[in-house]
Amino acid sequence: MAKIRKIMCCCGSGLGSSLMVQMNIEKALKNLGIEGVEADHTSLSEINVRSADLFVVGKDIAPRIKDYPRVVVLNKIMSMKELTEKLEQAFAIEGDEIHIAR
Amino acid sequence: MLDFILNILATPAMLVGLLAMVGLILQKKPVEDVIKGTIKTIVGFLVLSAGAGVIQTESLNAFGELFNWTFNMTGTVPNNEAIVAMALTKFGLDTSYIMVIGLILNIVLARFSKMHFIFLTGHHSLYMACMLAVLLGPLGGLSGFTLWLAGGCLLAFISAFSPWFLHSSMEKIVETDELGFGHFGGFGYWVAAQCGKLFKGGKSTEDLDFPQRLTFLRDTTVSIGITMVVFFLVVTAVAVAKGILQQDPGQFSNLAELMGAGDTKTHWAVWAIKRGLNFAGAVYIILSGVRLIVGELVPAFKGIAEKLVPGAVPAIDCPVVFPYAPNAVLIGFLVSFLGGVVGLIVLIMLNNAGLGLALILPGVVPHFFCGASAGVFGNAEGGIKGCVLGSFVHGLIITFLPALCMPVFDALDKGSTFSDADFSWMALLFGNLAKVVKGIPLLCICVVVFVLPMVLSGFKNGQEEK
Repeated sequence: MAKIRKIMCCCGSGLGSSLMVQMNIEKALKNLGIEGVEADHTSLSEINVRSADLFVVGKDIAPRIKDYPRVVVLNKIMSMKELTEKLEQAFAIEGDEIHIAR
Repeated sequence: MLDFILNILATPAMLVGLLAMVGLILQKKPVEDVIKGTIKTIVGFLVLSAGAGVIQTESLNAFGELFNWTFNMTGTVPNNEAIVAMALTKFGLDTSYIMVIGLILNIVLARFSKMHFIFLTGHHSLYMACMLAVLLGPLGGLSGFTLWLAGGCLLAFISAFSPWFLHSSMEKIVETDELGFGHFGGFGYWVAAQCGKLFKGGKSTEDLDFPQRLTFLRDTTVSIGITMVVFFLVVTAVAVAKGILQQDPGQFSNLAELMGAGDTKTHWAVWAIKRGLNFAGAVYIILSGVRLIVGELVPAFKGIAEKLVPGAVPAIDCPVVFPYAPNAVLIGFLVSFLGGVVGLIVLIMLNNAGLGLALILPGVVPHFFCGASAGVFGNAEGGIKGCVLGSFVHGLIITFLPALCMPVFDALDKGSTFSDADFSWMALLFGNLAKVVKGIPLLCICVVVFVLPMVLSGFKNGQEEK
């Protein structure tokens, strides 16, 4: 599988909390010094496994995309600390399967 | 040239695009991002308008006419996206200005009052701005700059006030005071939290083993599709049983396809399913438009607010609390929906008693998102019992308040209305006020509502020393 070039966040209607997570991801990537990665957000109606290389969602959404190969699950959805740690792990793996939940 | 500029400032889509452009430039984004963001915002507005057309011609007009013929009452489906999209065709410009002024004044309020919250749920800001335009304009006799200022003051007020009165319960849920709850169903969640306080220290919903399969209803296309198909099927079936198909098709302006006028011939059930799903399709379009607009405006707003207000607390959309209590989310939805059904039955009885209230049909979307939040707040204060009582009462609230609000929305289509509790109490309060106090005195009241929290806080937000 390809390098992580695009990260997708997702929530019910794809308007509020997924946009917040997207902004946090952009900030976290900057802090981690990772460049050339795009973040975007969408709704559960539109989410598609081919629409990104990595998906970041809250624990409550996780069961809905459990078959996706590369998923980061957030327990505290707005926690920068948790997000940054998990993104760092994800970028360290960059394999075909990324499942970071705990 | 002046004509050109004035015309941009008077075309809602262009105006919003211009704002996004300014926001992106202020964030010092590269040129390609500025171009991308500006175009996406303008397209978003146009997409939203397209959705408004679909929802009216393909679904709601037919539903209203059919419901009225069948039951001789008004049936209303509360759905923010539907009502706002339709209202924006008339109030687009006023809404845009109110939203901008409201966002700016929200920063002022967060800086100089104890309500130190920056409201980041952009789609709700847009919907609230639209509602205020409708209330203060046609009802309150304000127009142009006075309307925009009055609306902006009220939008800023509710943007900081709603997260503020929810904050003590919010802290219990997320276990930090650095996160606010920004969703204009606030009053309903506050009541749910108070209900929860009756059962202090009860067993939490999260100790239960609750099946999670119902989470598929969070997909709004699916949940709206299911609800609207059921509504259409029930109403159409009763209408058919009452003999609508034998009536003269000429008396119905929106039911030609059902009546088999012209050369179309559609089975009534197929017609009902298709019209129901048309509604879901229209909301899908509208949401795509809103997402394009909000996705560019909110990051700019957040960036500017963070620079100007040290220690401001971001108020985030309702799903932010869902991961903390997934069971309460589902219990809250189910019980709130039950409250909505009970409320509907009561409304029917009141209607039969001659009170002439609109029937508020229980939409899955408000009961899911708002009911779920009410469940989480009820659970945080009072465990399972708090969750159940809180979300039931919430279900009643978002049924009765919208019904009571209908008279202040005379300027709007009756097929849909605003669904969440803060929209309703703001509409009841300021809509009825605007019926009595008009023009400049109304503007003065709005300004006072905005300034008062700052005076009471001594122009300090209490965050400076942190």
